[in-house]
Amino acid sequence: MLDEALSHPQGAPLVIEAPVKHWGALSGSGSHGQAFLPPTRGTVYGTLLNHRDALAALGDQVNSAPYKAPPRAPILYIKPRNTVVGHRVPVGVPGDAPELEIGATLGIVIGRTASNVAEDQALDFVAGYTVVNDISVPHASVYRPSLRFKCHDGFCPIGPAIVARRLVPNADALDIVVAIDGETVQRSSTAGLIRPIARLIADVTEFMTLFPGDVLTVGVASGAPRARAGQTVTITIQNVGRLENTLVARAGDGA
Amino acid sequence: MKRARVAYGGAIHDATHHPAGVQLADGRVLPEDAVVWLPPFEVGTVIGLGLNYADHMKELAKELTVSAKDEPLAFLKSPGAVIGHRGQTRRPADVKFMHYECELAVVIGRSAKNVKAEDAMQFVAGYSVANDYAIRDYLENYYRPNLRVKNRDTCTVLGPWLVDASDVPNPHDLALRTLVNGVVTQQGNTRDMISDIQTLIAYLSSFMTLGAGDVILTGTPDGVVNVNVGDEVVTEIDGIGRLSNTIVGDAEFGR
Repeated sequence: MLDEALSHPQGAPLVIEAPVKHWGALSGSGSHGQAFLPPTRGTVYGTLLNHRDALAALGDQVNSAPYKAPPRAPILYIKPRNTVVGHRVPVGVPGDAPELEIGATLGIVIGRTASNVAEDQALDFVAGYTVVNDISVPHASVYRPSLRFKCHDGFCPIGPAIVARRLVPNADALDIVVAIDGETVQRSSTAGLIRPIARLIADVTEFMTLFPGDVLTVGVASGAPRARAGQTVTITIQNVGRLENTLVARAGDGA
Repeated sequence: MKRARVAYGGAIHDATHHPAGVQLADGRVLPEDAVVWLPPFEVGTVIGLGLNYADHMKELAKELTVSAKDEPLAFLKSPGAVIGHRGQTRRPADVKFMHYECELAVVIGRSAKNVKAEDAMQFVAGYSVANDYAIRDYLENYYRPNLRVKNRDTCTVLGPWLVDASDVPNPHDLALRTLVNGVVTQQGNTRDMISDIQTLIAYLSSFMTLGAGDVILTGTPDGVVNVNVGDEVVTEIDGIGRLSNTIVGDAEFGR
């Protein structure tokens, strides 16, 4: 199991065992709050086109070049360790990207080594859930996108904490709200995914073991909003938490 | 110095090369086949390179939509897929084309961000040999090469040694080859890389901070062929090491 002795700077446990409404200090708002460490240390895997509307947005393109066919297996990518930051950590905007795409998604945090697990047992391998902001430089093609679009330092805020699975019984039907400077700009849900959580874990672990502390996102809905340097992005997932990060211009970085 | 990590006598040991095999840090000298070989260092972010040898690009050209490129075709793999020397790699029963890729692995020694090409070699801790298997049956045209092709359990073999950079005066003039059951099937030289090591470190560090233990798999030359259950696959780079691996079937994995 995840080591529950690991803690945030504020001493809160890694896995939160109380409902979100009771940990207001952790999820509290305001720019004066303390920045957090990310609550996980494993590998972070993103899932692409797992929302029906995100796949539908590609339309008939999936049947023409370069894609040639709709996806069969889960499409995954890795958000490397340099991208992972915690709640309230400022995120640098690369000099050549006027806006960044905000990929609000639910992170499934693995609690036990999961290899080739059956769908009906998959949730037993989940420690809990967290909020993930899968940030990208906007790009149209998902054929062979450059690492530059997904892997800048700080492009994967996670947190504030992991909420124990037992406190999130409805993980396949959670509302996700994105606000920029306090204005709601996107509403989505984890309901109706092409691969709901248990199915996704089963299909991924058929070829790849997930280890305790790894995070697998359920994917980003279509219509991801964009934000600029100076703006504060807040992602709220019902029962899971509120992740807030401010985008800042990155001086001296033309990449 | 050539360093390894091995399991022996109920513990994990740092070890170094010895004419008779390996020498553990505690002084014991053991033959190569007496120990279990682990990846030779704690693996961080794994960066793979597609099509970094001109002849291999030609070999795969018919399935590509690119012929020339303006930036390296880099992709990510996770540490969980990595195994050590003398390990077993699973070939699923239902596939037709699974191939090895012999690659020079460049191991980063310290944090590197916005590094200039002329300074890049100062950030290299050393080198190792990688065998970066792919199963082309699973190739899909989304986020190529997708993780189901390139990030499978047991399909990234690394070792036996981490060779100190100071012992490799010219990493861009190393002959490399693959032998399947003793027959040479792939040959090349690291001088034929399209993007050399300095270029790759400068490129990657222009947007992502590389850290100690991150490893760049620098691509493979022409000559990849299908391998079958029971095959012994040796990927070898002069001066760096001889990395052996055996292909096994589903039965060993209870599938």
